[in-house]
Amino acid sequence: MEAKQYIGEGWKHAILIIGAIVVMLPFYMMVSMSLKSQQEIQSISGGLIGAQETQTFPVCVKTGYSEETCTMKPYQYNYWFAFEKAPIPRYLMNGVIVTLSIFIIQVLVALPCAYALAKLRFYGREFVFSMVLFCLLIPVHGIALPLYVMLAQAGLVDTYSALILPWTISVFGIFLMRQFFMTVPDELIDAARMDGMGEYAIVWKVMLPTAIPALLAFAIFSVVAHWNDYFWPRMVITGNRDLFTPPLGIREFRGGIDSDEFGPMMASIVTVTVPLIVAFIIAQKRFIEGITLTGMK
Amino acid sequence: MGTISLKNISKSFGSTQVLNNLNVDINDGEFLTLVGPSGCGKSTLLRIIAGLEQQTSGDVLIDNKNVNRVRASERDLAMVFQSYALYPHLTVRRNLETPLRLRDYNGFERLPLIGNFSPSKKEKTESINQLVNKTSETLKISELLDRKPGQLSGGQRQRVALGRAMVREPVAFLMDEPLSNLDAALRVHMRSELSELHNSLKTTFVYVTHDQAEALTMSSRMAVMIDGNLLQLDTPQEVYDNPSSLSVAQFVGSPKINIFKGTADSSGTISFLNVNLKRKSSESNTDLHIGIRPEHLEITNERNENTFSGTVAYRENLGSDIFFHVNIEDGSNKIIVRGLPQFTHQISNGSSVNIKRVSDKALLFNQAGMRVQFTNA
Repeated sequence: MEAKQYIGEGWKHAILIIGAIVVMLPFYMMVSMSLKSQQEIQSISGGLIGAQETQTFPVCVKTGYSEETCTMKPYQYNYWFAFEKAPIPRYLMNGVIVTLSIFIIQVLVALPCAYALAKLRFYGREFVFSMVLFCLLIPVHGIALPLYVMLAQAGLVDTYSALILPWTISVFGIFLMRQFFMTVPDELIDAARMDGMGEYAIVWKVMLPTAIPALLAFAIFSVVAHWNDYFWPRMVITGNRDLFTPPLGIREFRGGIDSDEFGPMMASIVTVTVPLIVAFIIAQKRFIEGITLTGMK
Repeated sequence: MGTISLKNISKSFGSTQVLNNLNVDINDGEFLTLVGPSGCGKSTLLRIIAGLEQQTSGDVLIDNKNVNRVRASERDLAMVFQSYALYPHLTVRRNLETPLRLRDYNGFERLPLIGNFSPSKKEKTESINQLVNKTSETLKISELLDRKPGQLSGGQRQRVALGRAMVREPVAFLMDEPLSNLDAALRVHMRSELSELHNSLKTTFVYVTHDQAEALTMSSRMAVMIDGNLLQLDTPQEVYDNPSSLSVAQFVGSPKINIFKGTADSSGTISFLNVNLKRKSSESNTDLHIGIRPEHLEITNERNENTFSGTVAYRENLGSDIFFHVNIEDGSNKIIVRGLPQFTHQISNGSSVNIKRVSDKALLFNQAGMRVQFTNA
């Protein structure tokens, strides 16, 4: 009996391990390539980190640096050159500004909306909610062109506003928070009203703290989507490199006069991905805490 | 002062009428219980008093001031909820402070950090702390002040919810089935504590419950509501002894009152089963319901024209009393009879017994369920 159980568990684990490998492999390649030299990458040799021989890098010399500056170990070169070639910190900062602004405004809009839809009785509430559901069905790409035209007419192309404004109302956020608020007991809101809170105070002081787990889930969706978004920034940021978000920045390494150099490119991708992974790991821990935190009933 | 008057209160949700033209006057310092089966509109009435719900028509007066247009928070009432409704993310201390902070601090002082620069805030914080400490000592929850509601037991949460209502020293307390989430033993204990609390605070309590035992034990007056109507408003003893209608008689009292079908002849003589009552009905020539409470029936060895007999179907032993569920011989009724253990312990399921009534205790109701009086003659 016990042996059978182990075999059953073994199968499950084997399948999960295969799945994990499939998911992790691109990340392994990315990290590995960001450490190795161009020759090792092209000949697919050198294992995870390559031989790390000190060498002079021709692309670097062609770009106009002295031969002395261009002589170093591959991992140093990849990361150094990535930061030299493109203002990656600037791109990262743009990414932070854009994703945080979007998330904060989304919360400012979605929480009162969700509260009204979940807990207030007003004429037309069901209609408004059905419109929210309807908006969930509209793909972003379908309305991209009209949005672009409107932003262009307003003279907002090539500004932060163009990156932020179209995403400030998240119907998904409204829907998610509304579903969560439905589970908050009405008595809690009544108690807050008896204590003298106004409706806005209830949203921010009672509903928000109880909704932390749902809000974190939403934060993960929102931040990941807008940090990784390539489509929209590519449309509205046409010339100004100072406004590039990280995915646009990576594009700097593609093609060009000197053929593709994968090392620095992968180094830049690692730099762009790491903040997201770290943020996700932190949020995930809080996320699980959050679920156990709710002591409502 | 804490008088509350409800004048012609009606409430309907859509086409469903929930409250039907209610008039209640609640005196200062009174413990008034609104009692009725679930769905009778008692909670809605409480919410209308609180200002959480708007009545369809009628007036609510608190201390003789019409408060129809006054918001819940400005009516100076405090409410204790069934689920306690404590803020789950705040400590007990902050839970108790919240109503005071909202009342005493102005908008600027409530701001985080910069609010502390207000010169009057320190003094207010001091008085809030004192009130919180005083209340938590009264309720014996001082050692819980730094915990979160999730870490408290049901009884402790109950106390904290009471505390949150008490700190503000409101003109009246509204309680919506506050004991129904507690286990049976704690519920009985909290009853006496609530009564003591009421005696020491001398504030008006309006208490909603579906449990007639809570209503009977705690209240100075109880209002029995059924289907949105106020059927009777009187002291618990009076409601028990002298119910105004069949529904009230059936609702109040546990086990339930026994109802016999009987008739009054042209002279008003009342008969049911094989028994004639000595007293006469004021309504003659009619069918009647005769109500007799279980404690007004006795199991006896006698067998005469004043007794009737049946078989014990089920014996419910509560230790201090034994209740016998008896099938009457003619098959018309199943009734409940109280027996004292020392006399009836040998009676088992299936035995046949004779039942005698205690005289002068029967209650008469007509076909419409309204009370019928005996003639004085």
